[in-house]
Amino acid sequence: MSLPPAVELEAIAKRFGDGPTVLESISLTARPGEMISLLGPSGCGKSTLLRLIAGLTPPSAGSLRVAGRPAGDPAASVAFVFQEATLLPWLSVRANVEVPLRLGGAAPADRTAASTRLLELVGLGGRGEAYPRQLSGGQRMRVSLARALSLAPRLLLLDEPFGALDEMTRERLNEELLALQAAGGWTGFFVTHSVAEAVFLSHRILILSAHPGRVHAEVPVTLPHPRTADTRLQPDYLRLVAQVSRQLRTVSPVA
Amino acid sequence: MRRPLRRLLLPLATGLLFLGAWQGVHLSLSDDLRFLLPSPGMVGDAWSEHRDLLLRATVNTAQGALLGFSLAVAVSAGLSILLSLSASVRSCLYPYLMALQMTPLPILAPICVIWVGAGLRSVALLTFVIAFFPLVVNTTQGLIATDRNLVELFQLYRARRWQQLLLLRIPAALPYFFTGLRIAATISPIGAVVAEMNAGSSAGDGGGLGFQAVIFASQAKYAALFATAATTCLLGFALNAAVLGLAWAALHAWHDAYERSDR
Repeated sequence: MSLPPAVELEAIAKRFGDGPTVLESISLTARPGEMISLLGPSGCGKSTLLRLIAGLTPPSAGSLRVAGRPAGDPAASVAFVFQEATLLPWLSVRANVEVPLRLGGAAPADRTAASTRLLELVGLGGRGEAYPRQLSGGQRMRVSLARALSLAPRLLLLDEPFGALDEMTRERLNEELLALQAAGGWTGFFVTHSVAEAVFLSHRILILSAHPGRVHAEVPVTLPHPRTADTRLQPDYLRLVAQVSRQLRTVSPVA
Repeated sequence: MRRPLRRLLLPLATGLLFLGAWQGVHLSLSDDLRFLLPSPGMVGDAWSEHRDLLLRATVNTAQGALLGFSLAVAVSAGLSILLSLSASVRSCLYPYLMALQMTPLPILAPICVIWVGAGLRSVALLTFVIAFFPLVVNTTQGLIATDRNLVELFQLYRARRWQQLLLLRIPAALPYFFTGLRIAATISPIGAVVAEMNAGSSAGDGGGLGFQAVIFASQAKYAALFATAATTCLLGFALNAAVLGLAWAALHAWHDAYERSDR
């Protein structure tokens, strides 16, 4: 018996009201456990695509299934990581991680056990009682990741989560994200503007063109796992970064 | 300069300068005009002379102000939640809430007196009317200005409406609520005094500061009037300090505006 695809998009289109078409004829199938990055110029609908998969907005045409179910189905087990950490500033770090569990009605003891484990997992073991504003940007993003993982999702949608962080922190978090993915086995969709990040994280990169957003090219990333900081020094990695950069340039004309 | 020193000494210095200038203006007036601006010393004397009267009046005014203020907090909290639920409800009610705020207290005062009688009840009711609006406007604004991403996060986890209100919208609105509370705390004593001047009564307890002010004015006791004004200010300061303390207790852990800083 084989699992249904983690995500299955068929001829998806999206336009908001009478506005221009944001996404056009997007078809794509993600295997369970696959990491897919979405690259493309601003306005290519990358974020909109994630929001469609999350069920936050419906498609205008086409069909969309997550783990064999319609998008937005409670059993689809989807988590979302926003561009900003999007924490509740009045709650402690621990309470923030527990928000999804609390909304789902989990018992306090279970919540505490889960948040303790998750904070350890993202390297914030001792910071549970701190408030978000006492953390650095990178640490806040770690809390956001821990929160996203709290319901053990099968699909994680990440919308440029590390875009606002400095290079060092971003690379570090990329490595940690891959470790989390290897441990959790979830499927990931990762929106980014960074070619290096996309190559490092993905099994597959989709390059989207803009106005309307379509899949321009699909690049398999064959680099072996596990990937570490050393991977960034490998010729294969550097060659792929160069190749994807060239392809990206053909869809993002320099103004 | 160190922070506590600066926070204490600088206002004290401007205060002394101000009193000095006041004294100077008083002395520069010719003898027959000095009654227009009694010197700080004369005001102090008047305060001592009428101390019992003023203290009792302060307690009365504080009662009316606090009663109206508390009523405004309670009613505005409920109404703000109602208003935050839909733009249509806001459209239906906002113009009339504004109309209430725009009606001058001296016009409302006699109506209040007909309804609930002169004295404490009228004063509290009029204070309620004036304290109510800033609270409703700020709290409602806070309840509907919730970060869009946070709302989507709650949507994604299928939060129920009451969960969104209780865990997200109300805590997010607290800083706005306290802004409204501070405005209300500032205008409540003023409202109470104006109400006393128009709907106050000396029955039983001798009336409040507004009532006393009317009497002092009719007796041409100008120094006593100044003393009454100063006492009203002190009452406003006390209420403000209480609200600031409350806001600090509720928000300092997470809100940047209440962070300790030396800026």
